[in-house]
Amino acid sequence: MSAVLPTPTSTPTLSMPAARRPSFLGARGRIGLLAALIAVTVVVPVLNLAVAPGSALHLPEYYVTLIGKIMCYAICALAMDLIWGYTGILSLGHGLFFALGGYGMGMYLMRQIGRDGNYQSDLPDFMVFLDWKELPWHWALSDSFVAQMLLVVLVPGLLAFVFGYFAFRSRIKGVYFSIITQAMTFAAMLLFFRNETGFGGNNGFTDFKRILGIPIATPTTRVALFVITGLTLIGCYLLARWLVNTKYGRVLQAIRDAESRVMFSGYDPLWYKLSIWVISAVMCAIAGALYVPQVGIINPSEMSPAASIEIAIWTAVGGRATLIGPIVGAFFVNGAKSWFTVAFPEFWLYFLGALFIAVTLFLPQGIVGLFRQWRRDDDAQAGKEERA
Amino acid sequence: MTPELMEQGARLRRRHEAREAGRQGSGDRGASYGRVVRPGEVDTAHGAILYLEDITVSFDGFRALNRLSLSISAGELRCIIGPNGAGKTTMMDVITGKTRPDEGKAWFGSTIDLLRLRESEIAQIGIGRKFQKPTVYEQLTVFENLELALKADRRVRASMFSRLGGEQLDRIGEVLALIHLKDHAQRTAGNLSHGQKQWLEIGMLLMQDPKLLLLDEPVAGMTDEETERTAELFLSLEGSHSLVVVEHDMKFIGELTQGGRNGKRVTVLHEGSVLAEGTLADVQANEKVVEVYLGR
Repeated sequence: MSAVLPTPTSTPTLSMPAARRPSFLGARGRIGLLAALIAVTVVVPVLNLAVAPGSALHLPEYYVTLIGKIMCYAICALAMDLIWGYTGILSLGHGLFFALGGYGMGMYLMRQIGRDGNYQSDLPDFMVFLDWKELPWHWALSDSFVAQMLLVVLVPGLLAFVFGYFAFRSRIKGVYFSIITQAMTFAAMLLFFRNETGFGGNNGFTDFKRILGIPIATPTTRVALFVITGLTLIGCYLLARWLVNTKYGRVLQAIRDAESRVMFSGYDPLWYKLSIWVISAVMCAIAGALYVPQVGIINPSEMSPAASIEIAIWTAVGGRATLIGPIVGAFFVNGAKSWFTVAFPEFWLYFLGALFIAVTLFLPQGIVGLFRQWRRDDDAQAGKEERA
Repeated sequence: MTPELMEQGARLRRRHEAREAGRQGSGDRGASYGRVVRPGEVDTAHGAILYLEDITVSFDGFRALNRLSLSISAGELRCIIGPNGAGKTTMMDVITGKTRPDEGKAWFGSTIDLLRLRESEIAQIGIGRKFQKPTVYEQLTVFENLELALKADRRVRASMFSRLGGEQLDRIGEVLALIHLKDHAQRTAGNLSHGQKQWLEIGMLLMQDPKLLLLDEPVAGMTDEETERTAELFLSLEGSHSLVVVEHDMKFIGELTQGGRNGKRVTVLHEGSVLAEGTLADVQANEKVVEVYLGR
């Protein structure tokens, strides 16, 4: 923001009033969030590895995996926020990009099993089971970590580009766009359920043994994956923050508020929407690739329509068009989910439904919006006292 | 396939057929001795900056524009009046590329065919449009609204790495002063009054530095004082810019036609074509116009 505001020395003709548009939670909130993320990335591994298992401060492995998983979800929510909160395009198909990234990583992990599978074959178990004699063509690069990681980015990116190009060029908007993204992920799910597609059918991939030759189920590997996920989340947050604070980000918000005005100002919304759509899809894919080795399984249920809708719920609960919101939302909803499904397993779905209704009715700006409301009330109160 | 898409497809096809059927040039658009055609540059050597010929637009059989022909000279301020449904807004839609006509021609200067360009391209070559309902970016500040409208490279990469220079800040400051929003620069545009939003949108047009301004009911919802100031602003633009003002407010039309240059023309639209054209007094005395406005 500060980049666009004139400094008094450079613009003698233009004196700007001091009051700036209040940003969500202000600079303190942003720094607080960043500090919290860095703290989690550092403290969780220390509590897990350095503190003796008997100690009260020791963090069981279950929580390392859980928090790592939620950080992957937070990246998805952040990606959803860029396209939905800032650009006003609701995608109900982001689960597909997440799953594609996950499958990309999963293919590599399947090949890393080597001959340690049940059938002691070079081929992944499910292929032996289907009586296949050699790898299908799309597994050609699955031996190489680097190539497979490139595919994690390129395949979802390319799919998003082609899909987005035609959708945005045809000016498909609003609920129509949401519905076709939903249909897209549903169609992909049906495709991946088939054994002939070569992705393990409805079982997907599991039983991973190694990553880069290192055993995957050891505490050290787990913590390493956790730290990488934490750093990726911080990186994605900083990237998103840079994007929305440039003129590019303001054009995105302008498209959300008045797309026709943007067009008649000479911008072609197609390329703006398409670029943020692809960036968002790739972020989701990276989250998926980090998710799979931590959770140890990927199957087509990640492409189910409900999975994509959940991403939108995290974003809405946390607060759209704020960058803190989606991260808070992902932690809040998934934290609640893991507690509820243990404490009251049969009531989780009711709670999720109630939460969504409550947010829609009472918190249109999400949790972060609620804090902002309180702060504003406080300020108003303080103002009153000052005057009195 | 949304219904709009199918409708749009059908319209495109009708237009294509009509264009193929009536493919014949009119007027002098090519390069000739001593005259070079520069692509993307408006050529007003023949006097006209906007030239519409036999434009027809129909929606579901209803003819919103019916063989409308109109020409605007460079530097002219033209007022267009007409009862509701006369096709004023549709005409602006055609000029700015929002609606493609079934038939007819639309030229910007004598070399640029508007019917071949997209909305954003038309805006870039210098046609600015103000909507009937003030359309600003509600969540952004007044300053940011103007910044986005500022004439600059409109491509994605340029926007990612753009920074405002001193000259551009001066320009924004100038327009802020012109539209009387200098003290509101950091306010969110959504919090402005209706009249201020109208002005902000006019300011955004000025930032684009267009050659032709299309203004759809620019003073709707303004106070008398604001209306007067708007008339002054438009009159100050006359000559250096061409303006097309669509308005219902006859007092405002009166102010516009009396000030500035003499002999200003007013066009009356009715049922999608030009009913009368002339000075305000002529038009008001015209029997057909009286009939249309008062009913039989």
